[in-house]
Amino acid sequence: MDKIFYIISALTIMCALMVVVSKHPIRSVLFLVGTFFLISAQYILLNAQFLALVNIVVYAGAIMVLFLFVIMFLNLNREIEHIKSWIPATAATIASGSLLLIFLSAFKSTLLEKPEVSDYQIGLVENIGEVLYRDYLFPMEICSVLFLVAMIGVVLLNRKENESPRKIVLP
Amino acid sequence: MNHIPEIIRTISLEQYLLLSAILFFIGLLGVLVRKNIIIVFMCIEIMLNAVNLMMVATSAYRGDSAGQIMVLFTMAVAAAEVSVGLAIIVMIYKNLKTTNIDLFSQMKG
Repeated sequence: MDKIFYIISALTIMCALMVVVSKHPIRSVLFLVGTFFLISAQYILLNAQFLALVNIVVYAGAIMVLFLFVIMFLNLNREIEHIKSWIPATAATIASGSLLLIFLSAFKSTLLEKPEVSDYQIGLVENIGEVLYRDYLFPMEICSVLFLVAMIGVVLLNRKENESPRKIVLP
Repeated sequence: MNHIPEIIRTISLEQYLLLSAILFFIGLLGVLVRKNIIIVFMCIEIMLNAVNLMMVATSAYRGDSAGQIMVLFTMAVAAAEVSVGLAIIVMIYKNLKTTNIDLFSQMKG
């Protein structure tokens, strides 16, 4: 079982690196889909089946299709960016590497004792749904308002502004 | 007593934390290095997923479902963010004909 974990982790890190390294945006999107599927595999290993399904449906199914659609729509697949200087890349690597070191030292100094838990079935659909609609009902409803506002925002952003104003016919 | 998943018996939580820290590092590196704004957006998604993985792992190891609920809310916020962000990108591309973030400096007010 631990071998499966290590293989999936190595593949996840490789796919995520390829997202950053790939020159073409379409290849980046495809590697990102692979990363999401591998993260879903980790969720299944952790006994969180519901989140694994939602991850595949929402991320790999909806968000990635949106990305792919925008890339095709803007016809970006031929645009290859040229890295002019190595200085910004080196500075970015040093900055993010120091953040990684901070994370690792913080994790090392944290005491992680294994608690005595009796319920390992929390990730199943019925348990998640029960908690979601019992304890987290209000945030769940706020989420629907968030989606509505996002939808209205998208429609307003992409509205044509140079249309001639409508004539108002007075009775 | 429920059946303990084998992964929880054999793999320690620190290894999941290490994996999510590395994924967050890769996402941050992409945000800082890449110039194409769509790839910058995808790297933000990698960072969100790294945090999601950490929350799921912690909640699975502690037997507390609050972390997994938070992951659901993170996904909802990410979906809303992507839809609005891509609409903004399409609008900027219509005006400037580029997705290079270095050329967006003319947007400063």
